[in-house]
Amino acid sequence: MSVDLATVKRVARLARIAVSEEDANRMVGELNGILGFVEQLSEVDVTGVAPMTSVTPMEMRKRTDNVTDGDKAADIVANAPATDHNFFLVPKVVE
Amino acid sequence: MTELTSLTIAEAREKLKAKEFTSVELTKAYLDAIDAANGVLNAYIALTPEKALEMAKASDARRAAGKIGALEGIPLGIKDLFATRDVHTQACSHILDGFQPKYESTVSQNLWDDGAVMLGKLNMDEFAMGSSNETSHYGAVINPWRAKGSNQQLVPGGSSGGSAAAVAAHLCAGATATDTGGSIRQPAAFTGTVGIKPTYGRCSRWGIVAFASSLDQAGPIARDVRDAAIMLKSMASVDLKDTTSVDLPVPDYEASLGQSLKGMKIGIPKEYRVDGMPEEIEALWSQGIAWLKDAGAEIVDITLPHTKYALPAYYIVAPAEASSNLARYDGVRYGLRVDGKDIIDMYEKTRAAGFGQEVKRRIMIGTYVLSAGYYDAYYLRAQKVRTLIKRDFEQVFEAGVDAILTPATPSSAFGVADENLASDPVKMYLNDIFTVTVNMAGLPGIAVPAGLDHKGLPLGLQLIGRPFEEETLFRTAHVIEQAAGKYTPAKWW
Repeated sequence: MSVDLATVKRVARLARIAVSEEDANRMVGELNGILGFVEQLSEVDVTGVAPMTSVTPMEMRKRTDNVTDGDKAADIVANAPATDHNFFLVPKVVE
Repeated sequence: MTELTSLTIAEAREKLKAKEFTSVELTKAYLDAIDAANGVLNAYIALTPEKALEMAKASDARRAAGKIGALEGIPLGIKDLFATRDVHTQACSHILDGFQPKYESTVSQNLWDDGAVMLGKLNMDEFAMGSSNETSHYGAVINPWRAKGSNQQLVPGGSSGGSAAAVAAHLCAGATATDTGGSIRQPAAFTGTVGIKPTYGRCSRWGIVAFASSLDQAGPIARDVRDAAIMLKSMASVDLKDTTSVDLPVPDYEASLGQSLKGMKIGIPKEYRVDGMPEEIEALWSQGIAWLKDAGAEIVDITLPHTKYALPAYYIVAPAEASSNLARYDGVRYGLRVDGKDIIDMYEKTRAAGFGQEVKRRIMIGTYVLSAGYYDAYYLRAQKVRTLIKRDFEQVFEAGVDAILTPATPSSAFGVADENLASDPVKMYLNDIFTVTVNMAGLPGIAVPAGLDHKGLPLGLQLIGRPFEEETLFRTAHVIEQAAGKYTPAKWW
């Protein structure tokens, strides 16, 4: 399988990365290079093989549903580019 | 008097104990060495000299009070991927500009709890995506090793290039690193240092900037096998904050050094004899086999038939996980924001400006292979192939093999801005051909220096072990180190 310019632009949109016409054109070649490389997986017989979900046989550790942390609003917003009263500020999304 | 910075962790530990010098003196020696070298090598991207001296002073005070941790007073460098409270933590990416977390990663906290001192944050490939440290937003790291009679600048490997270069150039006593496809072992091999990627689940991933969560593991890069054992003992822990942290006690790895290899079975996989591999690497591998045989190990030929599919499967699984993990960088909660006409435009412009080319490439691949209609053909198939890769190893271990010996890398360190590699991303990916299988199967792997090539550059061997049998790796790597000797670059910087 390979990608064309329209697919690259669609994927960039899904990935929320702005690409110029020039970037998109370059990426077509680069992505097709990588996709060509991974293409060899199609020669492996995977009939009846279960997909890996965990590298070590482990059961996900669970804990009781209690509050164990909190009261850190100022810490949480400390690195944000724009905040107001411990809220993250973003451009208007609702008219 | 020998320079303080030339001491290994084990040596410094004894001399600190004997009160030959203080942690403050040792820390100052490292800070001076960094001052003199970093302008050239670019191993550190953020220095914390005041914090270092404060920590060293506190360590000396603890020692005076008789409280002595396993790494008491030892100055270390920390890869920029580890969250360090109120200190530069950016995964060497522009998109995390100014990020200083309000929390500490479990691994680094474990080191501080054992008395270690932080010198600063180390350079790396952006988000650990790279094999040369050239994708860093802060520029390339220069390998302290140079070819005989040459001034050409070489890469230290990646992604833990800053960690490897700093350890090799004696700009820290040891360093933390991380390994998703070879990012500890390949730079260790390129710099004549020892690097171990422990079994998945041995070190907590909490507070480490995520790249590919099912593959990422932290581990140390150190000057020798003993130091790597000392560091891993402190870094590893059982951590309730990471659900994949395994509930097994951490052994005293150092105690496994010097134990006999008699009765041990070492596997030699024929699939690691790849086309175009330099003869020197072939010879190094044979030498390694001879050393282990001399030490009493039994050598057996083995087969790991799905080896060649590990790298292509990795380049589906790792980008897929990365595309999900890196979705959080959107200009809202931390780091860079580039304003746009609406929120989507802001996301897209921020991510376009904040991520470098290699990171964008991998996010794009990951987004594509996970997109509707392609998931089964790519991601699901890759995860099935991963099961087969792991099964290869399981069968070999069930047949009684204790560890597997392979070359660590297909070449020695290459030049900075290598045009041949720059022209094709896949060529750079091939650097991880011997290391990536270990991540895909979640196994422990160690790279240990084993010799120099005809250019005078270090080459390493890799040992792969059974899950949670890092002790076997330390014991076996120590035998190789005893036979091969240690390698330090001649100082030119």
